[in-house]
Amino acid sequence: MPPAVDNSCYVQFKNVKKSYDQRTLVVVDFTLDIAKGEFVTLLGPSGSGKTTCLMMLAGFEDVSSGEILVEGQPITHVAPYHRNIGMVFQHYALFPHMTVEENLAYPLKVRKLPDTEVKRRVANSLDLVELSNFGKRYPGHLSGGQRQRVALARSLIFEPSIVLMDEPLGALDKNLREQMQFEIKRLHEQLGFTAIYVTHDQTEALTMSDRIAVFDQGVVQQCASPDQLYERPSNAFVADFIGENNHLAGTVLQRNNDYTELQLSDGSRIKALTGDCPEAGAACVLAVRPENLFIASDKVALDNRINATFITQLYVGDFIRYFFQLEDKSEIMIKQLNDHQAPKLSAGAVTSLTWSVNDGLALNLSTT
Amino acid sequence: MPAHLSIKEIADSQAQLRRKKLVLFAFTLPLLLFVMLAFVAPIATMLYRSVYHPTVAQLIPQTLKQMQGWETQPDTLPDSDSLVTFALELKSLAGERRSGKLAEEINRVFPGASSLIKSTARKLKHLDEQEIIASQGTILLDSHKKWHNPALWHAIASAGEVWTSRYYLTALDLQLSPEGAIESRDTRIYLKLYWKSLRIALLITLLTAVLAFPLSYFLANASSAKANTLLVFVLLPFWTSLLVRTTSWIALLQTNGVVNSTLKVLGIIDQPLELLYTEFATVISMTHILLPFMVLPLYSVMKNIDPSYFRAALSLGAKPLPAFAKIYFPMTLPGLSAGALLVFIISIGYYITPALVGGTDGQMISNIIAFHMQSSNNWELAAALGSLLLVLILALYWLYDRMVGVNNIKLG
Repeated sequence: MPPAVDNSCYVQFKNVKKSYDQRTLVVVDFTLDIAKGEFVTLLGPSGSGKTTCLMMLAGFEDVSSGEILVEGQPITHVAPYHRNIGMVFQHYALFPHMTVEENLAYPLKVRKLPDTEVKRRVANSLDLVELSNFGKRYPGHLSGGQRQRVALARSLIFEPSIVLMDEPLGALDKNLREQMQFEIKRLHEQLGFTAIYVTHDQTEALTMSDRIAVFDQGVVQQCASPDQLYERPSNAFVADFIGENNHLAGTVLQRNNDYTELQLSDGSRIKALTGDCPEAGAACVLAVRPENLFIASDKVALDNRINATFITQLYVGDFIRYFFQLEDKSEIMIKQLNDHQAPKLSAGAVTSLTWSVNDGLALNLSTT
Repeated sequence: MPAHLSIKEIADSQAQLRRKKLVLFAFTLPLLLFVMLAFVAPIATMLYRSVYHPTVAQLIPQTLKQMQGWETQPDTLPDSDSLVTFALELKSLAGERRSGKLAEEINRVFPGASSLIKSTARKLKHLDEQEIIASQGTILLDSHKKWHNPALWHAIASAGEVWTSRYYLTALDLQLSPEGAIESRDTRIYLKLYWKSLRIALLITLLTAVLAFPLSYFLANASSAKANTLLVFVLLPFWTSLLVRTTSWIALLQTNGVVNSTLKVLGIIDQPLELLYTEFATVISMTHILLPFMVLPLYSVMKNIDPSYFRAALSLGAKPLPAFAKIYFPMTLPGLSAGALLVFIISIGYYITPALVGGTDGQMISNIIAFHMQSSNNWELAAALGSLLLVLILALYWLYDRMVGVNNIKLG
């Protein structure tokens, strides 16, 4: 028996590097511990190296340097078919010449399970994804959502302890995608597997994950729980990539552990939480989420206040976006619920915007 | 507002549709005409020729008419009127220098009749018409003892039939007995040749598939720059003349050719091998020539197979070889079957390569068709052989459709 397995380090990436051409690194020094039963998402723009990490864990790509461990055992030299890792592919990769049942039975037949057992498990699996009546159909005769569920069922049927999902919902429309997010979460909670999920859709990542690793240019920018990621992004890339943010240029005046005082480019002085912001005197950016900004009035007056000129508004439906210009021509956008309090502004109107100290974040200039 | 179109609206939209169809049809008209003239018409003529043969009937119409009642009686000669008519017609043919044609035609149904008819015609040419009529046909019968053979006269009568199944029977190594029953010939030429063509075509299909499969797999999985360069080499044979390619095989395979001299230098053989003018030469050069027809559909199908299928099989626990056999290979079948069908159909009717490198051993059915068209001047038999080849291909295509399904074919 291997030494007692630490459940918080069920899957470990240790200083993993990957290069396809021995010159440029696609994945730069990736280190991540994943707990048993955790739902971890690798999130990032396309080409950021997230899928490559998944493929290295699945065994379809070699690791150029570093190690990947499962249950404390290095798996770098284990063949993919011996890793016992389930995988859902971007375009499902359902075998088109096999029926749904045959697709599901394939991993069991490969493992030489007795026929009765195969039948039982296939039936269970079809029940699990609510496709009992579709077993005899070919994948080509299923809708996108049904195919997706079959792919999911197939990756789970041989009871792998780890399931990898490579943008599994990318090809579905919005409604179906939300439905399937719920479905995947349900199965995850029901079966308790460890899930590693790759997506470039931040909403999907935020709603589904226990933890999210945000990738950019082969480097993990931040790995944290969704609320942490949204509320306390550790740098300007994460602040911009997750949700919407206003970025205002400024200069640090004074900095301590909790709060930073800064002067914005239009000359106003404001206070914000300290992010990864530089020393006093250096240039920085202030990140404020549009939903935390308010148009100042007698009733609404928060810690920070700047003057702005209204340009235009965008009607979205459940909310309205208002676009303003500061005195130095930099733009700022606020988002307000479309209720009876939504203000009516005419172009060119000068007003002031206000927000709480705890809703602004002083960050270093984006490195990217 | 009513939820349907009025009658006038329906009529208008139908007229519009018709106009559109008519315009589309007009675009295809030149091609249609071309195909009718250059393809459909010759095939129809060929089919017609293989059963319709009026030559003899045109040469000796009177004789055939007179012999009509007699035909059913075996072992007797036609009556003297018929003999006289035949002698008169033969004389006039000899005068017009057309007796040779008759001799050739009769010879086909009655080997040996050629010289008989020719010599008799020469004799009759110098005789007076009255003399022939007065002799009651004895002049003819006396000119050669073969004229006393009833079988010859039956052969003449059967050659005179305008509509005939004779050529099809010959093409199938069958013949009509004097009693009118169908019996097989002693020597089987054509069935053997059909079978051999079939076998060679199958062998070539198999060989091209075995060679093309790994190559296409490699091409489909190589980087696009590399694949494009290598594809040029696959396509290169298309850019060189078929004759050049075939001739280069002659240079390779002949007695003192590249292969033999290399083997000799290496000390593997003492005497040069008989490579050229064999079935082996036909098979190997046709495999080379037809390889692109297998590579291209296979490549284009393999190119479109998402590598994630194979990966999915691996991730589900299948080892590479079983995953290849169960998952990857079935997905290549549309390309493989398209390539196989192309190569098979092209090779079964192939002419030029077997003609040049095949010798007598490596001949295929098209070579014998060409022989009957060019050398033996038996167009009717060539037509019958050709239509049987067409039937054979259609039958195989039908079989193929039943087994593989034509809808599963993918050329790109």
